[in-house]
Amino acid sequence: MTVPFYVPPEQLTKDRAEFARKGIARGRPIVVIEYSDGVLLMGENPSGSLHKTSEIYDKVAFAGVGRFNEFEMLRVAGIRYADLKGYSYEREDVTAKGLANAYAQTLGQIFTHEMKPYEIEVMIAEIGATAGDTKIYRIQFDGTLRDIRRFGAMGGMEEELAEHLERALTELPDLPRAVRLAADTIEEVVETTIAAEDWEAAVLDRNLGRRKFRRLTADEIAAARS
Amino acid sequence: MSPTEPILGDLSYGESMVPSSSFLSLLESRGLAPTWKPGANTADLDIPEGTTVLAIRYAEGVVMAGDRRATAGNVIAHRRVKKVYPADEYSAVAISGTAGMAIELIKLFQTELEHYEKIEGTRLSLEGKANYLARMVRGNLPLAFQGLVVVPLFCGFDEIDGTGRLYTFDVVGGRYEEQDYAATGSGGAEAKAFLKAAYAEGMDLDRSLAVAVEALVAAAEEDAATGGPDLRRGIYPNVVVVNREGITEVGEDRLAEIAAAVMGGRP
Repeated sequence: MTVPFYVPPEQLTKDRAEFARKGIARGRPIVVIEYSDGVLLMGENPSGSLHKTSEIYDKVAFAGVGRFNEFEMLRVAGIRYADLKGYSYEREDVTAKGLANAYAQTLGQIFTHEMKPYEIEVMIAEIGATAGDTKIYRIQFDGTLRDIRRFGAMGGMEEELAEHLERALTELPDLPRAVRLAADTIEEVVETTIAAEDWEAAVLDRNLGRRKFRRLTADEIAAARS
Repeated sequence: MSPTEPILGDLSYGESMVPSSSFLSLLESRGLAPTWKPGANTADLDIPEGTTVLAIRYAEGVVMAGDRRATAGNVIAHRRVKKVYPADEYSAVAISGTAGMAIELIKLFQTELEHYEKIEGTRLSLEGKANYLARMVRGNLPLAFQGLVVVPLFCGFDEIDGTGRLYTFDVVGGRYEEQDYAATGSGGAEAKAFLKAAYAEGMDLDRSLAVAVEALVAAAEEDAATGGPDLRRGIYPNVVVVNREGITEVGEDRLAEIAAAVMGGRP
């Protein structure tokens, strides 16, 4: 019988976290900014079909960075969770908090039990009737769940992005200003210029009907930045 | 739910994973799909039933309308039942038959379309939606033999070829595309007879709304299980319009005007 090598849990956790962090840092970042009518989710994504942001439910949206197949699995599971809940109870009963907790538990479970941790981070945003009701949660690869206010950045260069946004965001911006800010900040930090059609941007907009999620077109992004 | 059971279900693509973007399959896999297991004598129960619903093609799309009455035997069970629903942004569905089951079927159908759209990132084609609805009706066949019949009517704007389309169904899940107008329910025959005479190719919206409401009035006059507009109580038909801009529900005020005009013109 072979006896496995003893690895102290501190070391194991450290190694796994380092591995996941490296994977996430390689990917393109996503910036989330709260604006006057809702929440903007924006990042560079040259693919027009493999989205990093998504509608989850009426007023709940998703954004993910890292390995596409891994956060896509969470996205689909999230839509299933939300639709099941909304169908069984009532549409108002689907909240970002419930989903964020489910994601946190799932990622935590995967971090400790699977062969390799997921190299992803996700954010869940929810809007309500007023700006004060906005909730944004960030869930990290190890299941760490955080509450975010006003803005957030995840993926490569996230500290620099957050610093820039902290400085630039002095008040609640309107949508064109939020788009401008997100785009300028990312371009400045990653040191490239990005064409309008290479952005992926989506909003949760209080002024929309039941389903508050909407993607911004390249023309809208170009117009906001001009 | 035990603490070890994952809240989000199994994420791996193993056997337990539902491989499709179907919400109904998801419900079935979790044992949550709605089921009715009636005894042998459902005929003895007085279960509320829905009645006349219709749809008409007009110049820019389709108009769909339904009366508001539900009957249980010879009793008027409800006066304000909603029988016409938006299915998604570009389609509408109306119900006739056993009301309770039909309303659940619609809720499931709406969730199904939205679920697919969110997971796949694109809407089902109009034909695809109609086929799926047919499958749901077919699933109900065993209950239809026991007298619990649900027959929907479906219409929408085809985003691919830019026209309005109508579909009718039968209890075995047969799906039939109709050209100009369609009606179903106990007053459906009367409504169809009226529409046959009143329909004209390329009607504008105002005209087609008037024709739709008048067809319901005609059905209500002959069929006791269909309720016409009730001006005294302020009960008007449900009407939706689907065209290139999407689906809109016609407001009560406008329907009140149309109903008054239609009823005023009748003896």
